[in-house]
Amino acid sequence: MISSSHAIILGLATPLAVALITPFLGRHPQWRDWLGPIGGVVTFLAALQVAMSVLAGETPEWLVISISSGLDLSFRVTALGAIFGLVASGLWILAAIYSVGYMRGTNEDNQTRFAAFYAVAVHAALAIAWSGNLLVLFIFYEVLTFSTYPLVIHKQNAEAIRAGRLYMGILVGTSLMLLLPAVVWVWLTAGTLDFKQGGILSGQLDPALAPWMLALFAFGIGKSALMPIHRWLPAAMVAPTPVSALLHAVAVVKAGVFTMLTVVVYIFGYDFVAETGASTWLIWLSCFTILASSVIAIQKDDIKARLAYSTISQLSYIVLGAALASEMAIKGAGLHIVMHASAKITLFFCAGAIYVSAHLKKVSDLNGLGYQMPMVFGAFFLAALSIIGIPPLGGSWSKFLLMAGAAERGMMLVILVLAVSSLLNVWYLLEPVMRGFFMEQKASVKVSYHPLVVIPPVLTAILSIVLFFVPWPFTTLISMMVAP
Amino acid sequence: MSYHLGGWAPPWGIEFSVDHATALVIMVISGLGFVATMSSKSLFMKEISSDDLGRVYGAWLLTFGGLLGLVMTADAFNLFVFFEISSLASVTLVAMGGCYDKRALIAAFNYLVIGAIGATFYVIGVGFCYAMTGTLNMLDLAVRLPQVTDQVPIYIGLAFMVTGVMVKAAIFPMHFWLPPSYGHAPMAVTTLLAAVATKASLYILVRVLMTIFGGIDTLPQLILQWVLIPLSLMAVLLGTILAIYERDAKLMLAQSSIAQIGYIVLGFGMGSLSGLQAGFIHIANHAMIKGGMFIGLGGLAMAAAGKTKLDSFAGIGRRMPLTATGFLICGLSLIGLPLTAGFISKLYLITAVIDAGYWQIAGIVLFSSALSVIYLWRLVEVMWFTPSHSGQDRLPEQIMIYGPLWILALANIWFGISASTITEMSYGAAQVLIGGLS
Repeated sequence: MISSSHAIILGLATPLAVALITPFLGRHPQWRDWLGPIGGVVTFLAALQVAMSVLAGETPEWLVISISSGLDLSFRVTALGAIFGLVASGLWILAAIYSVGYMRGTNEDNQTRFAAFYAVAVHAALAIAWSGNLLVLFIFYEVLTFSTYPLVIHKQNAEAIRAGRLYMGILVGTSLMLLLPAVVWVWLTAGTLDFKQGGILSGQLDPALAPWMLALFAFGIGKSALMPIHRWLPAAMVAPTPVSALLHAVAVVKAGVFTMLTVVVYIFGYDFVAETGASTWLIWLSCFTILASSVIAIQKDDIKARLAYSTISQLSYIVLGAALASEMAIKGAGLHIVMHASAKITLFFCAGAIYVSAHLKKVSDLNGLGYQMPMVFGAFFLAALSIIGIPPLGGSWSKFLLMAGAAERGMMLVILVLAVSSLLNVWYLLEPVMRGFFMEQKASVKVSYHPLVVIPPVLTAILSIVLFFVPWPFTTLISMMVAP
Repeated sequence: MSYHLGGWAPPWGIEFSVDHATALVIMVISGLGFVATMSSKSLFMKEISSDDLGRVYGAWLLTFGGLLGLVMTADAFNLFVFFEISSLASVTLVAMGGCYDKRALIAAFNYLVIGAIGATFYVIGVGFCYAMTGTLNMLDLAVRLPQVTDQVPIYIGLAFMVTGVMVKAAIFPMHFWLPPSYGHAPMAVTTLLAAVATKASLYILVRVLMTIFGGIDTLPQLILQWVLIPLSLMAVLLGTILAIYERDAKLMLAQSSIAQIGYIVLGFGMGSLSGLQAGFIHIANHAMIKGGMFIGLGGLAMAAAGKTKLDSFAGIGRRMPLTATGFLICGLSLIGLPLTAGFISKLYLITAVIDAGYWQIAGIVLFSSALSVIYLWRLVEVMWFTPSHSGQDRLPEQIMIYGPLWILALANIWFGISASTITEMSYGAAQVLIGGLS
């Protein structure tokens, strides 16, 4: 076993190395396509080592260089960071395998560019997860936006270019105009940007200003897709499905809610947020986002668009957990990052598998397809149940904790919102499954079988079940987040 | 460090002096000048007839000498002399483009007239101050001017000097000469002018305000706060918006220079230690950014038969990957992507502005820097994601263009990650100037 700071270096360097080597293997796709999965395994092992040392009570650190006096480019892993690092790197292994199958199955152009920027995005996500202070987090937040742009506009047609403009416009615009001043404000107020258990702002910031600073963060972190700055996420669905699966269900959006949660837990301190009532408005806005985007999702016939709005809704669960700022709610939010990631990536994998095998994109075309693709529809069913929050699937734990958190704050209405949202989930996520198994096929569809796009969703669906019975190490890590 | 010309001791003789602030600007001018010179030969090939090459380099070196003298001199009148040397030489350089593009001649003539007006204003101001104090040495002036604050002419002198320097530094609303002369000059000349020429004048501006008139209480602060801050904000917004609507890549970058000069002046306008520091940081970083971008654009334009309209760069990113990627890195630095030097500039500027309590100004700065993403992105979309009009083959790239370009691109990344060299030098420079204020 290597030391924890070497593990950080290894975890960050591997995806970058994959990105740099990929272009040189452009003429040898067989070799090039091995890089992603191998890099995924190495990165995951490194992330596991980092998480183990966090569990052992250490703080893995790596100081790269001092940017200037008082500002370091450094990595320092928090309990929450260990969670996100595990999720991003672990799911990269499967997503890398899946994207090989998908890109070959659909005969996409520019596969080398795709593979290279995919790895850069994973690198940025890990750097966000393990960042040592708010500035480093901001730096890699921007790197993640810019590195995913070539992936979003991969098809290079007019629609993709337009979507790319919306994507850049919202994500770069909000982060520059709101997140950056918020970071500077914290720096000037607290004199530091380091993450600290219990926060750095308590006693430094005027409580009357706390809601405003929280608002700068909440709207500046466009990646958490809080309404009304959610439009980029449905727009980004023009990207090939592997991008939607790993990046727009896991890495990018989770980087958003991770940032939000980090700010509440390690910058404000959730006690400070709760005492000052800084987040009351955010509780209601996230409740609104949860319900409104579920209602929109019901109306979407395109599978990926429906999943995108479902993601917006689920992300707001995590923002809600941060806004509730009680012990249970914070734990629930942390756990929901894991549970939602494993379930939502399954759903996107399935959507992509249906597209590659049967060339179908719409929910209304899925009638009777379940018998032709039982594995895919089975995985979709399990993942949908996990998102709805039904035992024995992982999603039930985090939903239970969030409800308990709302009860802790005495907000019965929030519990009602969560319950209604579950019912809406049933409606729009189980419809494709019901159509697949119980409705008559309209016209016969020719289905071809691509093992590389079918096996990953089955594995992630099984993971959702495993996470119900064995939620360790995540349960321990979320307890460490709220430990005094 | 100080050198007395001809052995005559100041305040009678002409003195050259170098302190932290001077040293920083000299580093920028000579460093960027070196890189620009490296790339200039290849760039001149297509734009200037080879007979003129000798004369061009004569003027090129004179421009340099003028700029360096401008920065180093400690004598207010001698400064005017260097103003004239550098601007006459650079007018010659702009006019050299006239053999292929006649518009360069008009631009050069404009530049000449405006530059002469600026220099004249400056020297009139010096005259007023000399009449009141009887000295031309800057430090001596700084001591004597506070003793004659009851005399109106020194205020008139100040107004003339500041206005003259503002014309030279292309500060809004005296910026109108800059886009045409950058736009129509030969590409190598544009590189030189954009990277270093206005920087020297910006430095003179703070010197005049903070050193010469720094001894007079609250006067420099008033000018900074009520004149320079509003004008710089106008420059920032106007330059950015005009750049967005510009259809010619070279003019787009020229308009963006107006906005970037606005950022520098805004930093100086804060009048605080952190504000001055931010201004100096951006002087250094913007020189690297724009120098690199114009060299890169020159390389790309050579492949596009000298045209700089946006459309002529369609698909060129894949055909000239080395040049285009270097250009892109400098461009990302321009919009302040983290891990590039431009981000450090923006971070320090925003910190200085918020620290001074100007939330609204911070909002304007951030808004315009978000807008600047739009014009850069128009270039990115054209260069990489628009199909080329004339084939897909790789085009030849010249090492003397992408070499210097990559030096600047890597410098942008290096100083974006390890910024302490520049931030500490700028801090020293700011301290020297603040010393004049208190």
